[in-house]
Amino acid sequence: MNSEQLMRLRGLLRKESLQILRDPSSIAIAFVMPVILLLIFGYGVSLDAKRVPVALVVEQPSRDTASFTAAFFRSPYFVPVRFPTVQLAERAMRVREVEGIVWLRSDFARQMLSGGNASIGLIVSGVDANNARLIEGYLQQVWAGWLEQYAAAQGVRLSSPVQVDVRIWFNPAVTSTYFLVPGLIAVIMTLTGALLTAMVVAREWERGTMEALLETPASIHEIILSKLVPYFVLGMGGMVLSVAMAVWLFHVPLRGSLLLLMISASAFLLCALGMGLLISTVSKNQFVAGQIAIIVTFLPAFILSGFVFDIRSMPAAIQLITHIVAARYFVTILQSVFLAGNTWPVVLPNIFALMIMAAIFLGLARRSARKSLE
Amino acid sequence: MLYRVLGLVIKELLAVLKDVKSRMVLIGPPIIQLVVFGYAATYDLNHVTFAVYNEDPSQASRELVARFEDAPAFQEVARIHNNAEVAALIDNRKVLLVLHIDRRFSRDLLAGSAGPVQLILDGRNSNTALLVLGYANTILTDFDSWWLAQHGGVNPPATLDIRARFNENLESRWFIVPGIVALLTQVVTLLVTALSVAREREAGTFDQLLVTPMRPIDILLGKSIPGVIVGGAEATFIIAAGVFWFGVPLRGGILPLYLGLFLFLISIIGVGLMISSLSVTQQQALLGTFLFMVPSIILSGFATPIANMPRAIQYLTYINPMRYFLIVVRGVFLEGSPTWSLVPQFWPMLIIGPATLAMAGWLFRRRLY
Repeated sequence: MNSEQLMRLRGLLRKESLQILRDPSSIAIAFVMPVILLLIFGYGVSLDAKRVPVALVVEQPSRDTASFTAAFFRSPYFVPVRFPTVQLAERAMRVREVEGIVWLRSDFARQMLSGGNASIGLIVSGVDANNARLIEGYLQQVWAGWLEQYAAAQGVRLSSPVQVDVRIWFNPAVTSTYFLVPGLIAVIMTLTGALLTAMVVAREWERGTMEALLETPASIHEIILSKLVPYFVLGMGGMVLSVAMAVWLFHVPLRGSLLLLMISASAFLLCALGMGLLISTVSKNQFVAGQIAIIVTFLPAFILSGFVFDIRSMPAAIQLITHIVAARYFVTILQSVFLAGNTWPVVLPNIFALMIMAAIFLGLARRSARKSLE
Repeated sequence: MLYRVLGLVIKELLAVLKDVKSRMVLIGPPIIQLVVFGYAATYDLNHVTFAVYNEDPSQASRELVARFEDAPAFQEVARIHNNAEVAALIDNRKVLLVLHIDRRFSRDLLAGSAGPVQLILDGRNSNTALLVLGYANTILTDFDSWWLAQHGGVNPPATLDIRARFNENLESRWFIVPGIVALLTQVVTLLVTALSVAREREAGTFDQLLVTPMRPIDILLGKSIPGVIVGGAEATFIIAAGVFWFGVPLRGGILPLYLGLFLFLISIIGVGLMISSLSVTQQQALLGTFLFMVPSIILSGFATPIANMPRAIQYLTYINPMRYFLIVVRGVFLEGSPTWSLVPQFWPMLIIGPATLAMAGWLFRRRLY
């Protein structure tokens, strides 16, 4: 690169940086938006059902039903509400006052005494299927705990044949925030990166200042570079802020190296910026650019990235599609580096994929910018 | 007046639909998204990769392993022979679960005490880990009863009998697809309305509109009706696809569904027009749309339950129209909710809609001076 090119690039960079500094909305997108989004989502998004309102119907109270309901009331997961009949409880479930019904029929005590296998009925509202599964799991815990206690009180040894010892690695308390917050960082970075460039550059196309820029002696590389660098700096600033919030505010353990996290973030940011540039040069219109940016960046990053919905549960065809969603690779890296540490066999292929995608997006953006001049 | 409003409605629809690119944006992506998200957004696990670490070569342990192998959701990918291999498999996301059968397993079982088994799970996705654990526990409980039946033993005095209402097999698609009706309707309607005033303002034609004999209420109607038409058509398409393509049962009536949809549309249009009239450029309008849309989707109960959120955030969701409409669609689809039981969802939207529309109309005029 000769000195003339260097000077040109410096001038362009200065122009872009000034443009950002004078337009507070870009700074707001890069710094204020991540903070607000992370605050709302970090506190708001949780898959841990706690204190679930559940109806409790005991048709004929006895000592045995009392010992079970006591165990039920002690569980931190449930807020039992007593109902005299199952019909009334079902009515409450219909209007969403309770999410399930625990039902001890009138023959409960008799069946238990006769050893005839009494049954504890649980009716869950399956509308939110995931939540329903979790509620089932919680009640199973209550049941198992009660059985043990009951057996001890009766003086019988009632161990189940298999004794299970469960180890959940990386997140022993299975706190959903620990896996959701790293994923949120990817969603937020997608938003800031792609939206920022898509809108700004589309506006330049609309106003004709982009064509004017292309007419200058500056080469297409220099123009693209000058658009990328300032937004890259802004985006990384947002990233640092998000990681800091994840660690200090949400107490997500960062077990891997910060450096590795930042290297992956730069690869991802280049992808997002490249996508934004491409969208804007293809559409050249703020209305269309904005819509495309929302449709191809935010929603896939939310649904197809593994942020909430596990990619491994998707049908094969959809799993294939997720490979063109850059956020997918970044979410995998973030979840691994935060919770599991520097797991190279996971991180390396994903960084590599991000780099290839960044190269493709930037290459396409360059091509379509040049073409549009002709 | 009717004639004037009609003219404006036609003009607005033309402005959105005339341009090939913006027409494509309104029609193509929602269809693709519906199909992709309808299949992608699921919490049901069907390929749980697991490894077996069996230190006890016996008939009992083989029976237990066979039960895991035969479970349709589980897929064995490795057999390991020492502890060191566990870490590599889990760390590198090769398996979600390691089933470790202790050396004493069959000996203890036959002696009448509990045979130790260890389940090691990848907790990176805590929800997946909990679901896998639930599946594994079911298999283990089945094994327990089988063993007791074979070898005699004291059965537990009471068992759990679990049934799910409204979605008997707990398919998450039945939960997600009705949610997509709300999600995509909101995205499309918001985009159509939020940019409509901003676009005219940027082009300077909005001032011209204000000096015509049209009253602000006419302009408001003229700008809202296209949103109702586009959003209503979009929603109808997705509802039909949900029923006929994804096979989600539509148990309730059309009346509560469309009453909810209409109220939801006017609320979203109100928000959209408010954002639009607050912004001077399309860019600002789009940013405003984003700043409203992203939290409103995440805090709506679409993917994660509102009940799990902290109190303060739960209060915040009361001003989110999507929260109410989601309950309406899911209620009508799965529970067959009658209109009366959805009144608590209708009235908040009946307040949000007119309030935001009135605000938008007021902002139209105010911005001129």
